[in-house]
Amino acid sequence: MSMIKSKGLSMAFGIGSKARDVLTDVNFSVAEGEVFGLVGESGSGKTTVLRCLAGLYTHWRGELEIAGKQLEHRLDRSQCRIVQMVFQDPYGSLHPRHTVATALAEPLRIHGIGDVDRRIDETLERVGLNGSFRYRYPHQLSGGQRQRVAIARALILEPRVLLLDEPTSALDVSVQAEILNLLADLRARDGLTYLLVTHDLGVVAHLCDRLAVMQSGRIVETLTVDTLCSGAAAEPYTRTLLQASRQYSRELATATAMEA
Amino acid sequence: MTPQLEINDLRVSFKTPDGYVDAVRGVSLQLGREKLAIVGESGSGKSTVGRAILRLHPHSARITAKTMRFCEVDLLSASEKTMRSIRGARISMILQDPKYSLNPVVRVGDQIAESYLAHHPKASRAEARERALAMLETVRIRDPQRVFSLYPHEVSGGMGQRIMIAMMLITEPDIIIADEPTSALDVSVRTQILAILDDLVGERGLGLLFISHDLNLVRSFCDRVIVMYAGRIVETIDADRLGEATHPYTRGLLDSLPEIDHRRARLPVLQRDPSWLTA
Repeated sequence: MSMIKSKGLSMAFGIGSKARDVLTDVNFSVAEGEVFGLVGESGSGKTTVLRCLAGLYTHWRGELEIAGKQLEHRLDRSQCRIVQMVFQDPYGSLHPRHTVATALAEPLRIHGIGDVDRRIDETLERVGLNGSFRYRYPHQLSGGQRQRVAIARALILEPRVLLLDEPTSALDVSVQAEILNLLADLRARDGLTYLLVTHDLGVVAHLCDRLAVMQSGRIVETLTVDTLCSGAAAEPYTRTLLQASRQYSRELATATAMEA
Repeated sequence: MTPQLEINDLRVSFKTPDGYVDAVRGVSLQLGREKLAIVGESGSGKSTVGRAILRLHPHSARITAKTMRFCEVDLLSASEKTMRSIRGARISMILQDPKYSLNPVVRVGDQIAESYLAHHPKASRAEARERALAMLETVRIRDPQRVFSLYPHEVSGGMGQRIMIAMMLITEPDIIIADEPTSALDVSVRTQILAILDDLVGERGLGLLFISHDLNLVRSFCDRVIVMYAGRIVETIDADRLGEATHPYTRGLLDSLPEIDHRRARLPVLQRDPSWLTA
């Protein structure tokens, strides 16, 4: 069964003659328990797809489906129980004057879920922290711990889908390894489905099963990670991205400069 | 060849309510006409070294060194006036994010021209404009006339970073300190920016101090790599021999990178050894 389905997803910002298409006919589907990557350069629309699925944009066109249920053009409470988002920058996404416990209790309060203390402790355990972190403020946490808290906040409603927007790009490589391992563990244990946006093909190769490559609001290619890594991508754009992520090369710089 | 920049036993500490905290503890390096990388995690002191060279730290910071010399100038004892003639003119600095480093209400071309005028007070505005346009071309901006009159919010991240580089190069410095110049950019744009820096080092004989946390990148881009941990240099190695690095910290950093060509079920997490702090 496919957990996430996007059919003919399109969106524009602005109205009338100023309308600017940011997504054009985006189609993909993600199976339950799968990790699907969205890669592409800045402005290619990968984060916009996530924000449509998270209900942060509501004026999209086309069909979106999560866990077999069609999304409506409004943020719906039951949808939030199924899908949650983790943002790029843990420094910006946690309220600086809320303790960890307050941040984690808020989703529970909004959804009228009881047993708050037990749930907070359990969720902190799940992300590799413990109860002693409850009373800390974000500035008392390291970058990695903050991202763990952000993941805990997404997990506390026990969703089945996590939308991950560059979850490790603000972190050091050593901390990135910890968070990537945590995401892999959570998926193995709870059967979560991830939709991961990143520009780091190393992260994609590590965590994803399949990926879609986006360019100017369209999907140019959907392929498995094995195909990507074996260099068998069909689109030249995908191969260029792969080459650029492997290493710096003078020849590639010249070649891409010509194209542009 | 004598190195342009020579630092011996640099120490920087910052004043906090609980006393001085050591950020850099005895760093020595020499920079010639080459691409030298400093890598390490956040808080390892790599940016602090870069800023100490230009004396950009607050007065409360305690900076000592056995020697800190740039060409013939002793950077430790130089007067503020001398430092002003060095900063920007002979040693310039490219920062991470053009969004925060460009003035949002001044046209980008005027900002580049301003940097020229600041160091050539006798030059005319028209001359500065000519120079700025030529500089935009050097950093491979195709339509310099049009870009000259854009505001920072109208340019993309990659173009913004090229504008920053143009601004830093218009004074024809001897050394560029680039502090994470490509971290905010996409891989495809990153390649372009690096190629520009690469050419400048090759053609103009600049020295480039490249501060980065990206080991994969410096491995293929730089000549030599300095690895810093907790304010100290743990290893200095030729970039193409980074794979043979011996220090467990360098090895740990390399291992924890997810790789396209070598996929593993779990990434090894860096185990820190307290002896690295002193050894």
